[in-house]
Amino acid sequence: MPNELIEESTSKDYLTIVIEDQTFGIPVLQVQDVLREQKVTKIPLASREVAGSLNLRGRIVTAIDVRRRLGLGDRNDNEASMSVVVEHKGELFSLIIDSVGDVLSLENSNFEKNPGTLEQTWKDISSGIFQLENNLLVVVDVPSLLENISNSKK
Amino acid sequence: MDDLIIDFITETNESIEELDADLVNLEKNPNDKDLLGKIFRLMHTIKGTCGFLSLPRLEKVAHHAENVLGRFRDGDLEVTAGYVTLIFESIDQIKFIVAEIEETGGEPEGGDAALIAKLDAAYEGKDVSGDASAVGESTSLGDVSGEKDIVVNIQEKSLAPGEASIDELEAAFAAAPGMDGIVNSADSKEKDIVVNIQEKSLAPGEASMDELEAAFAAAPGMDGIVNPADLNKKDPVNPKKKKEVKKPKSKKEKTDKPKAKKAPAKTLRVAVDVLEDLMTMVSELVLTRNQLLQIVRTQGDTEFSTPLQRLSHVVSELQEGVMATRMQPIGNAWSKLPRIIRDLSIELDKKIELVMTGQETELDRQVLELIQDPLTHMVRNSGDHGIETPADRVEAGKSETGTISLDAFHEGGHIIIRISDDGKGLPEDKIRSKILENGLATEEEIGEMSSQQIQQFIFHAGLSTAEKVTAVSGRGVGMDVVRTNIEKIGGSIDLRSTEGKGSTFTIKIPLTLAIVSALIVEAENERFAIPQLSVRELVMISDHGDNRIEYIKGSPLFRLRDRLLPLVSLGSILGLSDKNAFDQVSKLTKENDESESETESETEGNAFDHKNLYLVIAQVGGYDFGIIVDRVFDTEEIVVKPVAQMLKDLTLFSGNTILGDGSVIMILDPNGIANATGNIAAVDDPESKKNSDGIKADSEKKTSLLLFKVGGDTPKAVPLSLVSRLENIKSEDVEYSSGQMTVQYRGTLMPLTPFDPSVKISEGEEKPVLVFSDNGNAMGIVVDEIIDIMEEVIDIKLHATQSGLLGSAIIDGQATDVVDIAHFLKGANKDWFEDGSDTPFISDGDEDEDICPKKLKKRVLFVDDSPFFRNMITPLLSMAGYEVTTLEKPQDAIKMCEDGVEFDVIISDIEMPDMDGFEFAAHIKSEDSKWMDTPLVALSSHATPKDIERGLNVGFNNYVAKFDRDTLLDTLVKTLADAE
Repeated sequence: MPNELIEESTSKDYLTIVIEDQTFGIPVLQVQDVLREQKVTKIPLASREVAGSLNLRGRIVTAIDVRRRLGLGDRNDNEASMSVVVEHKGELFSLIIDSVGDVLSLENSNFEKNPGTLEQTWKDISSGIFQLENNLLVVVDVPSLLENISNSKK
Repeated sequence: MDDLIIDFITETNESIEELDADLVNLEKNPNDKDLLGKIFRLMHTIKGTCGFLSLPRLEKVAHHAENVLGRFRDGDLEVTAGYVTLIFESIDQIKFIVAEIEETGGEPEGGDAALIAKLDAAYEGKDVSGDASAVGESTSLGDVSGEKDIVVNIQEKSLAPGEASIDELEAAFAAAPGMDGIVNSADSKEKDIVVNIQEKSLAPGEASMDELEAAFAAAPGMDGIVNPADLNKKDPVNPKKKKEVKKPKSKKEKTDKPKAKKAPAKTLRVAVDVLEDLMTMVSELVLTRNQLLQIVRTQGDTEFSTPLQRLSHVVSELQEGVMATRMQPIGNAWSKLPRIIRDLSIELDKKIELVMTGQETELDRQVLELIQDPLTHMVRNSGDHGIETPADRVEAGKSETGTISLDAFHEGGHIIIRISDDGKGLPEDKIRSKILENGLATEEEIGEMSSQQIQQFIFHAGLSTAEKVTAVSGRGVGMDVVRTNIEKIGGSIDLRSTEGKGSTFTIKIPLTLAIVSALIVEAENERFAIPQLSVRELVMISDHGDNRIEYIKGSPLFRLRDRLLPLVSLGSILGLSDKNAFDQVSKLTKENDESESETESETEGNAFDHKNLYLVIAQVGGYDFGIIVDRVFDTEEIVVKPVAQMLKDLTLFSGNTILGDGSVIMILDPNGIANATGNIAAVDDPESKKNSDGIKADSEKKTSLLLFKVGGDTPKAVPLSLVSRLENIKSEDVEYSSGQMTVQYRGTLMPLTPFDPSVKISEGEEKPVLVFSDNGNAMGIVVDEIIDIMEEVIDIKLHATQSGLLGSAIIDGQATDVVDIAHFLKGANKDWFEDGSDTPFISDGDEDEDICPKKLKKRVLFVDDSPFFRNMITPLLSMAGYEVTTLEKPQDAIKMCEDGVEFDVIISDIEMPDMDGFEFAAHIKSEDSKWMDTPLVALSSHATPKDIERGLNVGFNNYVAKFDRDTLLDTLVKTLADAE
């Protein structure tokens, strides 16, 4: 995937999101919507990562708790959350994250592979890393973020 | 593929379907001219259309079949089963070719020489005498010779496309009435095609075909061919006589049209996809409408209310309209069945009649498509395994012809389809051994199952009971697939079968799949939708009173009108409650239970502050179970949307949807819940329960006892099953007739007996009365106070000395007198036992003899058709220490006899429907019976010397009057002693 990006243009836009102070980036073209906190219907018996489902303009969207997906602790009740809606295989998913930042245009040349020491779960969902001025941005690979949920039963 | 060809295929398939049904009818009424004409025309249409589209092989088959049909129609040939089979063969061949064309776009390789030879043989075969005249009348020697050419060609094994082209031509001409000129001019072109085909250079042939098609397209309708005037002419197979097919006659034909089924002007072919899309959009519209309505409801009266109301109406109508476009009569799915049954009956040499009712019942075409295969399969099954051969049927005392009936009707927003046959029913023994073979249950488990439960196993995979695998069924895939398919569309299937009598399958399916009505419930603050289809009823439960949950080792159960339903808590099976809330409830109820048993009816005092729960009684495939939910909201029309891919393996949900308030809600799948609760198949339904009651020994069973008080402190108990009703009788209602206390009860006079002289209904007082009734006789026993109803095993500890009592037992921790109701019945109503004779045939029993042969635990079989007597005598016998098996029908007893079940003594009623006691006795006392040596006691209200003599002659060892309990017990002891 990174290769084809490189071929197309020298830079790419990423929507930055923050989860527990860590900055992530989602390729902006994959983002359909950014939502405030939504009323989510729980889905009993589903994997832990599945927060539930919600109604987005008449379509049913499956909400994914990215914190849980990343093996991070649950959000406190008083902490706000937002979600980013992405499409995967014809279905909509709402990725619940802490907050959404700016859209950054990042040079492909700055893209680096995941460091070998990165935790496996993170390696699984990330295609690589960008060095920003103050911090590092983990690029989220949406398909692998979603794909493995169905397999990882609780 | 060419549009024209696609249309042709569709049309041909439709025509063939119609043909199938008609030909079966034809076999029944060979002389039905109208029918013959119709079949002929349909064949002809197929043939004619083939001509246009250059499908020589197909056309040839149709043509030859048409020839034969022509003879039938003219009455030259008699329609026999053999001929009909031949026509079926041709249709099958046509179907095969059409299917091939549909798939590949061209006709399959190979020829149909054998079939055509047969058809020609049929055409000529029976015709030796009438041949000359037929040829003469047909005025077209050329035609006949053409036929002969073909035959010759076949013999030479050359396919002779050239000859076929004559047929093509004929078809083409016939199909183009009034276009003689054009056809003639096209004649040469037609021949070109022939040449081209022979040369196998298709391209130019096709081109010229197109031209032809264009020319023919201008022909004014194909009506000409179906000219009824033709029927009377003597040469139906000579389309060259074009002059007959003239316009004036077409008019005539039009007047005849109402008879014909087709009304093409009024219908329009619409692609299914378009309808599907439309339906989806309407579904969305309905949802949005619901949402809007919900909003307006909270807003009160706004300016939106009125237009929204109108919008709502329009949407409803639109929904109905679109639904209507998808509705098709179920008869469409059945059209193939007569043919299947016909083929089956010939193949298996059975006589089967298929009776269909309710064909016009409409349902969604999507549903229709999905049930078509299961239905076909089941009807086939009925014909194959259900209906016996004529010989077997006659032997079983049935008519030679078996009947399979198909019935469809609406019931409460669902469609019920019933498939029943009067065949041999499900072979329980075979199912049993199959179950063991496949390790689906252990022998012990099977032993405990009712026949209903055993029968349900046919829905398991790999359980075909057909002894031999026929082409028709018995391949081990079958009912499980049927069930899965039906459940997939939210339906359910139920089965009732009586060995020897037949089986009935009942399928319940929703009208449509797109929009379903669902009950919204709440568990642990989460809402869920349950499809209304599987909801039987709702019950509010509280932890005290009648509607309470009971527990057996923590498993919640609920008694619903004498039926025990297993319960599941929605919260806990969904893993929402972490068992806490549920356990709390169960703890509460348990506490209540305990307190109840310690100090009666003190539960009210335990005023735990706990919410009321609701039970959703759901039914899946004939089995009922309860789902415990916290709250029940209303029902809502929902549009089922599939769940996301990653949630697919959650079997408890069948989909999700958006409610009127905009929130997403999961739709529960009752089948999934049933599966999640374990073997729901182990639960009885009332009918099977009755059966198992009949078969099981009753002695160890708990009996429901009605406890009441009379005078003193010792409570009295009487089996609840004997008591018909409890009434409160006021003193002013009591009348006296010849010293007997009576009361007007339900239009008759009911005698009242005080339980003992101490019970009196004083002036202005009201007393409870136990009403006993059987066969229109009723009597009441006046008591002082009704205490409670208990379930206990009656174990008489002390035998009574006082008349009217059986003895004392410990019930609910207290010594209780068990009442002998027979004593009262006898006293109150001489007519109760019809002849009232108090002198039993053998009554020389010693009163002091121990009537309780407890240690021996003799096994007694008691056969009586009257539930009242079964209920009365059974406890009596079991209290006397016998192990009692009660049966309603002597036939069941004979079955047990055949199964090798053993008893020490058999007691049988004499007056029974179907088979009386004498017959029964004759049966089991016959030479080869396993019960030949088992003593048999007649228990009857008929005790005239003549009856007694007859009884003894047929093998009864003793004869006892029905009401005389002491004599009965004595007789039993004596009989058993004699037998030893």
